[in-house]
Amino acid sequence: MAVKDYLRERFLPHMWCPGCGHGTILNALVHAVEDLQLNKNEIVMVSGIGCSARISGYVDFHSLHTLHGRALAFATGVKLSRPHLKVLVPMGDGDALAIGGNHFIHAARRNIDMTAIVMNNRIYGMTGGQFSPLSGPGVKATTAPYKTIDNSFDVVELAKAAGATFVARSTAFHVKECTEMLAKAILHKGFSVVEIMSQCPTHFGRKNKEGDAVNMLGLYRDNTAKLGSKALEEKPGLIPRGIFVEQERPEYCEEYDKIIAYAMKEKIS
Amino acid sequence: MPKNIRFVQGNEACVEGALYAGLDFYAGYPITPSTEIAELLSERLPERGGKFIQMEDEIASMCAIIGASLTGKKVMTATSGPGFSLKQEAIGYACMAEIPCVIANVQRGGPSTGNPTHVSQGDINQARWGTHGDHSIIALTASNHQDVFKMTVDAFNMAETYRTPVVLLFDEVVGHMREKLIVPEKGELEIVDRLRTSVAKDVDYHPYLPREDGRLPMSDFGGEHRYNVTGLFHDMWGFPSNNPKIVSGLLRHLVDKIDNNVQAITRYKEHCLEGAEYILVSYGSSARSAIHLAQNRRSKGEKIGVLELQSLWPFPVELVKEKCAGAKAVLVVEMNMGQVLTQVKAAVKNPDRVFLANRIDGKLITPSDIKQLLRVIQGRGV
Repeated sequence: MAVKDYLRERFLPHMWCPGCGHGTILNALVHAVEDLQLNKNEIVMVSGIGCSARISGYVDFHSLHTLHGRALAFATGVKLSRPHLKVLVPMGDGDALAIGGNHFIHAARRNIDMTAIVMNNRIYGMTGGQFSPLSGPGVKATTAPYKTIDNSFDVVELAKAAGATFVARSTAFHVKECTEMLAKAILHKGFSVVEIMSQCPTHFGRKNKEGDAVNMLGLYRDNTAKLGSKALEEKPGLIPRGIFVEQERPEYCEEYDKIIAYAMKEKIS
Repeated sequence: MPKNIRFVQGNEACVEGALYAGLDFYAGYPITPSTEIAELLSERLPERGGKFIQMEDEIASMCAIIGASLTGKKVMTATSGPGFSLKQEAIGYACMAEIPCVIANVQRGGPSTGNPTHVSQGDINQARWGTHGDHSIIALTASNHQDVFKMTVDAFNMAETYRTPVVLLFDEVVGHMREKLIVPEKGELEIVDRLRTSVAKDVDYHPYLPREDGRLPMSDFGGEHRYNVTGLFHDMWGFPSNNPKIVSGLLRHLVDKIDNNVQAITRYKEHCLEGAEYILVSYGSSARSAIHLAQNRRSKGEKIGVLELQSLWPFPVELVKEKCAGAKAVLVVEMNMGQVLTQVKAAVKNPDRVFLANRIDGKLITPSDIKQLLRVIQGRGV
């Protein structure tokens, strides 16, 4: 199936600003799904609210555009009731780690088989550029005219600590890497988290003097390095990219099936 | 003699009703006085291949059942006041996206943490207007376990019929009291299954285009039709739209599909109502005391009757107006500051002759509480 067969062309063009990284993430995701030759009827995309959340409208999967921060909670209902479905959960940084932070750590703890994609642009774009829990200190935003003092979460460390069994990070500059990571994450049995750093030239770039989209992408190229690379060894201050965790642990829906088998046997005997 | 006689709590009667109605999926979070519903279902659902999940919070529970409903499952959650508050945003989502689900609220005293282990009926208006924005909602209630069972089955049936969340407004007394329940045989009560689309594979399916009768056949997530579901105003494909015609059309549809069916939704019972000069309008555990008083006074020749409401929303305006037409006075018996009273006053011809017999201290209103007020209204002294 061609890439365009995974898109709902009727609903394009998308509503993202020129230069937004989210379109690149959509591109990488659709290519990952194409590479895996997944059946569209078996994919459910559940998103929250915000710029990131609109991604679910553009893909020709079963799509559920939910409430701010609650995508993983809705997705848990979908997955547990129909475990054979592939569940993809793209979220913005606010969705995943501010209002939805509780659902994020608990979905990771359960190790329920779904793929959380954190489209991290370090800003609330839809509401006009307020800082997020991933902005970090020293950032200018419409609610931080004097710069932020809030520390940020490290998505990778948080996901690891909460029990996610696949954790990766890439950026909108590294499209092929994103595609490969997303494909691996989708195939992974368990809760997978892929953080993709995504430029928001409209709100983050402009206020923080990071320039236009091309310039911001250049920063992703220059300020990140592959796990295990010489560059990272030499400059430990760079943001590491790659797969940080990939391990097998009992998956929630499979464990629940064992409960069902046990409960049914108990009832008969 | 019927076979399935049980001696159960009201919460257990609710569980039996839900399973009878075909419950497949429950998500919840522990909260007094509804917790028994979750405990019992954690045991009963997997026995029949169903799923139970204890979520991280009340909000997540509500969201999870909506997700599960979209895959074609019959779903419910149960809670009480504080949890009901937390669920409101997602209840609004289910209204907007027209997703069948059942929410049992075993009421306790509020506001806030309130009186967790004591009875109240303070969430009547919250059930109606708890979520933001215009919408309509169905809320059912019951005063005894046989009716808890039946109203729970009705709740699932109405959720499927109207593609809407349905609230079961029970209360702590009914939830925790033990009494007899006769579980009906399979087939005794009607079960409404989900109306699914007959649109063939690869033919354009319009999930949000109502049929002539106003109903919208569904297609399960994971099936042949891939479509969008959103809490934004949306067109017939489920795609976000702010086209004024689409916005107003959808809002009208959401309200009309329920309000135009008030007669079909209305559930009530009459107790000694024939020729009654004094009518007690009541529901839930309050109705037990009202019925007790009416039966007792009838045996002594007083013309007192009870109109027991089992559907509170949409409010059965015409029914209340008609039944109360000949009454000298109407007493609304409830355990709040007059939430149903307001509705009754608005429904009847003489609102000045409608009075409130209430109790708001966490104790069940008694027949003598009601009698005291009745005596004053009857002009028979304090």
